[in-house]
Amino acid sequence: MDSAVQATRDAVEALAGEKYKYGFVTDIEADTAPKGLNEDIVRFISAKKNEPEWLLDWRLKAFRHWLEMPEPQWAKVSFPPLDYQDAYYYSAPKVGKRPESLDEIDPELRKTYEKLGIPLKEQEILAGVAVDAVFDSVSVATTFKKKLEEYGVIFCSISEAIQRCPELIRKYLGSVVPYTDNKHATLNSAVFTDGSFVYVPEGVRCPMELSTYFRINAAKTGQFERTLIIADRGSYVSYLEGCTAPMRDENQLHAAVVELVALDDAEIKYSTVQNWYPGDENGKGGIYNFVTKRGACRGRNSKISWTQVETGSAITWKYPSCILQGDNSVGEFYSIAITNNYQQADTGTKMIHLGRNTRSRIISKGISAGHGAQTYRGLVRIAAKAAGARNHTQCDSLLIGDRSAAHTVPYIETRNRTAMVEHEATTSKINDDQLFYCRQRGIAEEEAVALIVNGFCREVLQQLPMEFAVEAQKLVAISLEGSVG
Amino acid sequence: MLTIENLHVAVDGRSILSGFDLDVGPGEVHAIMGPNGSGKSTLSYVLAGRDGYDVTAGRVQLDGQDLLAMAPEERAAAGLFLAFQYPVEIPGVANATFLRQSLNAVRKARGLDELDAMQFLKSARARMKLLGMTDEMLKRSVNTGFSGGEKKRNEVLQMTLLEPRLAILDETDSGLDVDALRIVADGVNGLRAPDRSFVVITHYQRLLDYIVPDRVHILARGRIVRSGGEDLAREVERTGYADYLAPAA
Repeated sequence: MDSAVQATRDAVEALAGEKYKYGFVTDIEADTAPKGLNEDIVRFISAKKNEPEWLLDWRLKAFRHWLEMPEPQWAKVSFPPLDYQDAYYYSAPKVGKRPESLDEIDPELRKTYEKLGIPLKEQEILAGVAVDAVFDSVSVATTFKKKLEEYGVIFCSISEAIQRCPELIRKYLGSVVPYTDNKHATLNSAVFTDGSFVYVPEGVRCPMELSTYFRINAAKTGQFERTLIIADRGSYVSYLEGCTAPMRDENQLHAAVVELVALDDAEIKYSTVQNWYPGDENGKGGIYNFVTKRGACRGRNSKISWTQVETGSAITWKYPSCILQGDNSVGEFYSIAITNNYQQADTGTKMIHLGRNTRSRIISKGISAGHGAQTYRGLVRIAAKAAGARNHTQCDSLLIGDRSAAHTVPYIETRNRTAMVEHEATTSKINDDQLFYCRQRGIAEEEAVALIVNGFCREVLQQLPMEFAVEAQKLVAISLEGSVG
Repeated sequence: MLTIENLHVAVDGRSILSGFDLDVGPGEVHAIMGPNGSGKSTLSYVLAGRDGYDVTAGRVQLDGQDLLAMAPEERAAAGLFLAFQYPVEIPGVANATFLRQSLNAVRKARGLDELDAMQFLKSARARMKLLGMTDEMLKRSVNTGFSGGEKKRNEVLQMTLLEPRLAILDETDSGLDVDALRIVADGVNGLRAPDRSFVVITHYQRLLDYIVPDRVHILARGRIVRSGGEDLAREVERTGYADYLAPAA
């Protein structure tokens, strides 16, 4: 074989091995830190990543702070206390036993892939099958990388960024979510192993949607993912996180942190589709997704827009927020959350208006089916100096069946007389008239529910990039399977 | 085509239809007239299979199939179409999406190929033109914010797309001005065919000036109390329903 091809293939094999830890390997290998959490583990992680002294110090401060911190108790979710000592905090990326073909994949998972309409090659990649399909993806990713370099956009893993542009990391890491923020974020600060980093230089409009999917050759992102995105003055970037395909992981606790910084006239659009394993239909198993996401509109006329479609996880605890510091800055939050079976979600946003004429918009659509329970929890705070601030909040809940629950907890604090804050909320049950109308037109009940729910979510789905929106619609339908009849 | 024998229906334990009989042959148009509360809408809902109506006795057959044993969507696939008195709004769902999903569900059940977006649009546009509907109606959410006339036209559009064997029009004239009534009636008349039947439910004779029935039935006290030709509708318009309301009048 041509040696260049062989070299590429070897590289791909190595990279692909890092990405998917999916083979459920449980053997402890030498390159894995022992179970439990203490200062030595934090030092071990930092040393493995060859980090500068200041970052180790920062991690250690976080760790010591974490020891003293109480767990947040205010969310309307219930679960047994977490045993932090009964978990691993570092295992080196490794090539596990990977399936030889799709035939070895859990048939349930394959069914879902098919329903989502994911092409065969992508299915193989998602499932971590060791085939040449990976080869194609990596070449696509490489093409993307080249293009980004032309524009001066840095898009890499945060570990790589720590080596490549330590000054940016030092300036911005923890500047939006301080290491003292909350128990989960603080733990993340101490033990994060990887995540994404984006820097868009001044005046650059990022030429493509940045997707974690195309960061396939970067190191795997673990349960403590750390993401930092910086949009310099006058720049624009759209970032897609996650994947509609169901994601499984043997780690129960996921405590990610995402920080966004938008300088003068910059705009960041951050879209998430979260479909982690929600547990079985009896509420057994499933991921605890305790995420801290926050964006700072530091500059004048800057804008940060969060869009999320949350259908997975046993418990979701998540409040993507905007700190509107710059005058005329804009924050947006568009959310769809679906809880079915025994899933619990407590999710919403915080819009902190500090600058003058800052504006925020919140549209939240919650759908609860089965024994699902969810809470919209939102804070709109208008500081004394935020003259002319505006907020509009619309918060709609849809209940399916008679055992599901929806709660809305809006907090509004205004310290400026010129501010205008509007809050609208509705709770409705899926309407029998609508269902019957659809069925009379030949549409079966489950499809009718999906159609009606997608209509209910339309304002949010419209915010997603086109190809993502189509998949998200299918995902909505799949998440609600078995919720009627 | 449609045979209803001795149908008894109760809602929340209250008898609404008691001993209702009807026989509609292929290509026929039957009008069912009656005062408010006589069970006209109940009849349309029971035929379409809505929950909450208890059939306590009787049989209903469409083309020899036991209609009452089928789910609403199966009845639609078998060729039953109900034009609603109050078409339902579905916010956020584009009319085009809804129509195509409906059409393809029915086509699939009937063993026909599903239409892709382009084929569907072509088919829908041709029919919309005849009904005086603009393209914009496809983009708007299903019936949401539609005027009374627009809603009824949208019902007729669905009927023309789904090509039913049996169409039930439930008070299709309500809320329509004369111009809209004529357009809707033209749409229905354009669909009349030797293998397609209609049951036209109406309170007033007015609609029957435009959709001329083969038979007219008076529904009162839960059953058909009188049947006749189109003249019967005019007679009722003159004399009212009072005579039919008192038992054993």
